[in-house]
Amino acid sequence: MKLVVNGREREVDAPPDMPLLWVLRDVLGYTGTKFGCGMAQCGACTVHLDGKPVRACVTPVSAVGSRAVTTIEGLSPDGSHPVQRAWAELDVVQCGYCQSGQIMSAAALLAENPKPSDADIDAALSGNICRCGTYQRIRAAVHRAAELKGGA
Amino acid sequence: MTAISRRELLAASGTGLVIAFFIPGRAEALLAKKPKPLPPPNAFLRIGTDNTVTVLLAHSEMGQGVWTTLPLLVAEELGCDWSKIRAEHALAAPVYAHPAFGMQMTGGSTSTWSEYDRYRTVGAVARELLIRAAAEEWKTDAAKLRVENGFVIGGNRRASFGQLAARASALPTPKKVSLKPPEKWTLIGKPTRRLDTPEKITGRAVFGMDVQFPGLRTAVVARSPVFGGTLKSFDATDAKKVPGVEQVVQVSSGVAVIATNAWSARLGRAALKTDWDLGSFADASTDKMRAEGLALSRTDGAVALSKGNVEASLGKGAKRVEADYEVPYLAHAPMEPLNCTVKLEGDHCDVWTGTQFQTMDQQVVAQVMGLKPEQVNIHTMFLGGGFGRRATPTSGTAREAAEVAKAANVPVKVMWTRDDDIHGGYYRPAFQHHIQAALDAKGRPIAWKHTLVGQSILAGTPFEPMMVKNGIDDTSVEGVIDSPYLAAIPARRVTLHSPRRPIPVLWWRSVGHSHTAFAMESMVDELAHAAGKDPLAFRLEMLKGSPRHSKVLQRAAEKAGWGRALGSGRAMGLALHASFESIVAQVAEVSVEPEGDIRVHRVVCAVDCGQPINPLGIEAQIQSGVAFGLGAALHSKLTFRDGRVEQSNFHDYQVLRLDEMPKVEVHLVKSHAKMGGIGEPGTPPIAPAVGNAVFALTGKRLRSLPFDLAWS
Repeated sequence: MKLVVNGREREVDAPPDMPLLWVLRDVLGYTGTKFGCGMAQCGACTVHLDGKPVRACVTPVSAVGSRAVTTIEGLSPDGSHPVQRAWAELDVVQCGYCQSGQIMSAAALLAENPKPSDADIDAALSGNICRCGTYQRIRAAVHRAAELKGGA
Repeated sequence: MTAISRRELLAASGTGLVIAFFIPGRAEALLAKKPKPLPPPNAFLRIGTDNTVTVLLAHSEMGQGVWTTLPLLVAEELGCDWSKIRAEHALAAPVYAHPAFGMQMTGGSTSTWSEYDRYRTVGAVARELLIRAAAEEWKTDAAKLRVENGFVIGGNRRASFGQLAARASALPTPKKVSLKPPEKWTLIGKPTRRLDTPEKITGRAVFGMDVQFPGLRTAVVARSPVFGGTLKSFDATDAKKVPGVEQVVQVSSGVAVIATNAWSARLGRAALKTDWDLGSFADASTDKMRAEGLALSRTDGAVALSKGNVEASLGKGAKRVEADYEVPYLAHAPMEPLNCTVKLEGDHCDVWTGTQFQTMDQQVVAQVMGLKPEQVNIHTMFLGGGFGRRATPTSGTAREAAEVAKAANVPVKVMWTRDDDIHGGYYRPAFQHHIQAALDAKGRPIAWKHTLVGQSILAGTPFEPMMVKNGIDDTSVEGVIDSPYLAAIPARRVTLHSPRRPIPVLWWRSVGHSHTAFAMESMVDELAHAAGKDPLAFRLEMLKGSPRHSKVLQRAAEKAGWGRALGSGRAMGLALHASFESIVAQVAEVSVEPEGDIRVHRVVCAVDCGQPINPLGIEAQIQSGVAFGLGAALHSKLTFRDGRVEQSNFHDYQVLRLDEMPKVEVHLVKSHAKMGGIGEPGTPPIAPAVGNAVFALTGKRLRSLPFDLAWS
């Protein structure tokens, strides 16, 4: 089957029920998308399908169809997406393992809602677990990314 | 990017011209008791002709920030351009042994203080050599030269570190170097952003789980559903029918299913039939273990501390308070499930893993493979969280991966699923505390009798002979026997029961303090209320002989506005606890939802950790410690039924999520005390601070974790 990943069309040889996560990681080598739980509980595997956040660990590759897949590697060519810039500015990451998923969830939120409130951030990001507890800086960085995106 | 290509890239950036310094003396002198071989060249630092300065890390980056802190210590002395600094995990080798513990490891909140001298010395030696190289080249007196931002400067001449590197590398190492006085510091004590951020926000950071190279297979292992169970037989017929599954092999921990990819390996394991002899633990349950523990807690255990006649003093008290505190087994549940990649090739073996215990891993893999430790290369990858879980005295993760690679005769990554992680043992042990205390007529504590019941982390490990004395595993009673509160009570007795159970237990962020702080600070709060005194004033009275603790508590109280009126439905609670040679006080502001859910809105922290190195990192670690401890206080527990752990993933083993994160403020208390740790000390006080606030708000005393207000 064909998949469009980060703007590139890829021919993929994988069983249809293989989750997109493992196709990305083990077949195509995009290891920025992480495995954390395998049942859509932690958000570490969050990618975009046509800009909408999905949990790749429970998305069978056959369900992707023609929708464009964006992974952390394709969010920006050089780490300059406003969310990435805000993450760097506020020194958000610790171990970093969950951060691909956090950033993808945050980027999807800002695409929908350019000026999210704390409650909006809670709703959009509470599905992304961070065991290092970087939540306070994540919250601040989402607000900062909104400013950067709005050109403030 | 694969681990292999990343390494090749690093090698290529040197283009053979990279020079190396080696660092003698000073760090060794710290532990001069047993002689150690001199470190090999390029042990800690490489300066490239392109002016990059690469610092090799003896410790693992697991979120706590050594990737930035250790280079910062080098850079402070070296005087390099901070934008040119890089970090790299060092391969396992004796030279990287922990200065205090003698083996290469990361844990116990020790990386920064234990490397403070060694890594600064590395920078100072390199600086000295670069200056001498310039002096030689310019035929001038070294004393007239200085370093600035990656250059050696003398008069109107300047040369970059990269230009001087080759000449410097040929010079003899100075016998003695002097370190900068604090007033000349430009980096230490200043907020510095992390060096690993660019990789970690773009998906380029390579964690153990991300290691890939041609020919690498992925395996998952079917293990006994009950601790102590043994494999009777297995049938791999169906497992081998799963596309992608290549081999099924037996290893000492169970049966490994080896496939071309992780998904096929998991499907293969699901199709595998195994028959286990479940052993004697198969009828164990949390209820039974709790009942046994409760009975034990009414009897005297091994004596950890005894002063005065506690029974007589209890009898003389004007008021007596008795309470049972209890905490459950907990999994660390780091975001990156455990994994280890092993490739055996001729006379050597390469291991890629996120580990806190390089030396153990190296020895264990060598043993499995029949090699010498120096024939095993341990490549430390970024750790997707550690919290103690990647520091097992058995090195079980590495052992299992080595056994699988050997049995299957292919390079293999053994990965754990989240279920494997939650079911896999090495938990924070459950503990029960029974405490009786007495107050005199003026409300002053005069007696404290305390019995703890919980599994010893060190029993049965190689550390037992060294670290368990007279039946006391210090990690079981730390935070009690050294409590400044106990020091203020004339009659005190602490005893310990360490029941042996087949449940593997381990250090979990803050180790014994994760339960002792809860028991101590909740009980002290109970005594304050029993005495009819303000909880802050009562504590300060008890802390008269502990001025550092007292100051930290006062700072937190003052910054939180202790005693000020809060809106209705909110209250504050406080807790103070010293661990890993740092002191942390926290004031939590809470409310309770109608259905009993506890909301923590704000946590004000005061911290005395001695000399701060990177305040931005300290703030992050305290916030992190609070989040870790709060998740456990509000949600996490493991329970057993029929010998099996009942939880399996984040839906039933719940941890803190973003919508529950309080606003955590961190205030540093200046101190000239010896530098302490920072990765763990933020965790212990949060549970009692919240519990004490809930009591202030509702009058209900919560004595077991996780808190369950609806049921109490």
